[in-house]
This record gives sequence, structure tokens and C-alpha cells, in this order.
Amino acid sequence: MKAATFKYLRAESRDEAYAAFTEYGDEGFVLAGGQSLMPMLNMRLAQPAVLVDINPISELSGISLRDQQLHIGATTRHVEVENSTLVAAELPLIGCAIKHVAHRGIRNRGTFGGSLAHADPAAEMPACAVVLDATLILQSRAGERRVKAADFFLGVMSTDRRSDEILTGIELPAQMSTDAWAFHELSRRHGDFALVGVAATAQRRSIGLDGLRLVVFGCEERPKVSKIAASMLLSRKDVAELATAIADDLDPMSDLEGDAKTKRIQARTLVERSLEDLLGGWPND
Amino acid sequence: MTEMLPIKLSVNGAVVSKLVDPRQHLTDFLRSDLGLTGSHIGCEHGVCGACSVRVNGQVIRGCLMLASQTEGAEIETIEGIVESGEAAELIAAFVARNALQCGFCTPGILLTAAEIVAEGKCLGRQEIRNELSGNICRCTGYHAIIDAVEMVLAEKMKEE
Repeated sequence: MKAATFKYLRAESRDEAYAAFTEYGDEGFVLAGGQSLMPMLNMRLAQPAVLVDINPISELSGISLRDQQLHIGATTRHVEVENSTLVAAELPLIGCAIKHVAHRGIRNRGTFGGSLAHADPAAEMPACAVVLDATLILQSRAGERRVKAADFFLGVMSTDRRSDEILTGIELPAQMSTDAWAFHELSRRHGDFALVGVAATAQRRSIGLDGLRLVVFGCEERPKVSKIAASMLLSRKDVAELATAIADDLDPMSDLEGDAKTKRIQARTLVERSLEDLLGGWPND
Repeated sequence: MTEMLPIKLSVNGAVVSKLVDPRQHLTDFLRSDLGLTGSHIGCEHGVCGACSVRVNGQVIRGCLMLASQTEGAEIETIEGIVESGEAAELIAAFVARNALQCGFCTPGILLTAAEIVAEGKCLGRQEIRNELSGNICRCTGYHAIIDAVEMVLAEKMKEE
């Protein structure tokens, strides 16, 4: 299908974008990579009066490291994140997960900030942002707000962003070399939306793991750190029991790919694999 | 009436200036306004990859970018990479391995495959399959397409 009519505004600067959203409010939609918005426009699931294209604002794109925080500009393309040596070195979880974000042609155009602002429950980057305790930077004419990823995602495609705000960048604390991380995703084809996925980090200790932060995505309405995972010190003998407890604590949404029961079983399997990865695989003896 | 927007861009090396409807996507623009019908329109929501075109050197979904966003961009279509000879080896390999039947998906797959070949990485069959996963083919079952791309990559490795 073809998109319904809209007014197209090319924002060359942040101020131009703020002015547009001040004027149009809820009627204005941010157009970044467009890899989720354009399908919604073409299928007429979204019919905004105005599209504000923020791609021309070059300062919103780029990856930099300051004070052990990696700053990723909102319109940085997935492919740039994928090819970034900074990301590979400082955020290996993102470096791994980004390869699962859609297909090549979509990664070439889709943006890091767009994936977060769109807040699809099956998307990889929102889950990673929550696991890594990222801070999202929202800007408007009124100023800047900094929101923790855990507080940003409110529900299915619903976030804490106000209609006059633009997500301009994301700050992620660099992973420590002593941090273990794991990422697993189940999908029909490589690059398809996750049926279920798991992103996790933890600190390795001599007897096991501590500080486990684990998110199951493609399952519940929004990515959130498992409370059960957060409360446990993990050693090898706990893996099966903990995986079951984490899966039992989920409230999976049924969808065309599976009902809640199926999702829970899939999630349990991926959680178990992730915990094994975090522990560094099974010992040989 | 919708306000038409002026755009000036390069398509297969030629400068193009046109007025476009803001809601028109890039592949519709290429097909309807420029007569470049090699880029196909399949699903129109980013799933099938038949509309793939190259924008500023990277393959993207033509149905998921507005023509109005291409101001100043350099676009290359399947017509462009066929005429330049860039796709010649891939096309020969596709013929040799019977990597198409109806041909609807082929332009998009050739553009994606050309990007993979240009990156010069040594990829196994599963990796090639993953890289091409964004382009749907309903005829071949993919094996022949993987064969063809593998063949071209192997030739490249020999050359180096």
C-alpha cells in the first residue's frame, strides 16, 4: 500500500526540529531511519500530519567514548554500530546483539535511537540498553531530560518520550573486562524479529557469578531486568533451577508465533544457555 | 493539493531534478518518474527486499525511504550496476548455477550480493545465507543462489 498524505519537513538543526514539534505536537512524527515507521506509514497503521526528518542533523550521529561512557548518537546507523571498533571493544554485548538486528539492507538505514524510541518488545537494542543500564538523552525546546532505560520503556511501542522531545543520544557505561555477558535469540530466519531472546551481564567471581542482570525480550510488553536474576549469586549447580525460576516469573504475551506457554519454554531454554555462557561453559571434568 | 517538493540527486551517475509528492517512496519514484523498472515492488513494508537500491554506496530498502529524503544523494539501481559491469560476474554465476526462476527477486539479490562481494570477506555458506536473509525468493529455495554467490566469492579469493 501507499502512505497517506503528510507534510514533510527536513530539519537541518535541532532548533528546527524543536520548533516543528512545538508547533505540531502529537501530529508530528520523528522520521529517523524509517525502518519501522515507513512500514507503518505504507500500511497506514500510522497517519501523521507531519513528518520531521532528523537525518540531516549531522551532530545526532556518531559514536564516542568519554569517561568510560560510550555515547551513541540517535541517528547512528545500525551498520555503524556493527562496524565500530569502539563498540566491539567497550560494549561486546551490543557488538554481538547488533548482528541480529534485522537484515543488511535495514541495518544500513535503521538507526540506534530509532530502535529504542520505537520500543518494539521483540527488538534487541532496547533489551541491551536495559541490561547495560543505559541513559537516554531527550531534548526539546524546554531543555534536556536524562532517563534510565529501565524507566524509558513503558509498554508495547510506548515510551517515556514526550511528543515535543527528540531522543538525541544514548550513553552506555563501558563493560568491564571482568564482566561476563551473554546473548541468545530464537528467530525463524537470521535477522527476523526475535520469537524470544535473552541479553545478560554478570560479574565473574571465583565461585560463580554475582550481580546478574538478565532481560528476556520478545516475550513481555517491555524489556525489564528479571527480579529473580537480580537477587541471586549463581554457581553451576543453580543453573537449571534459576532458569526455571526466571521463566516462571515471566508474563509472556501470546502472538502468532506461539502462545504464552510456548514462549515460556523457549525463554527457559535461552535463559539456561545464557547462564551457561556467563559461567564460561561447562567444565571438562 | 499536496505540496510537491523539489529534489536534486544523482541516479546511476546522471543528475536528476524533479518535483515529488512527499509521501512517494524511492522505488515508486525510480519506477514511475524515471522509468527504472528493474527495482521491483513486492511487499512494500520492508520484508521482501525486491525493492533494494543503493543509496550513497549502501544497499537499502527503496520502499522504506522517501524520494523526498534523497536530496543530494547518489542512487545506484540494478540498471546502473548492470551497465557499469559491476554485476557481470554475479550475473554469470547466477546463470551458471540456475540461481533464478521467475527473476522477480533477482535485482534485489544481485545488489545485496554485490555489497557482500565488495566487502571482500571470506564467507561460508551459512554466513552467505545470513547475509542474504533479507531478500526473499519464492522459486529457488535459495541453494542455487548461495551456490552462485559462493562461486563469485571463491573466484575473488583466488584473484587475491
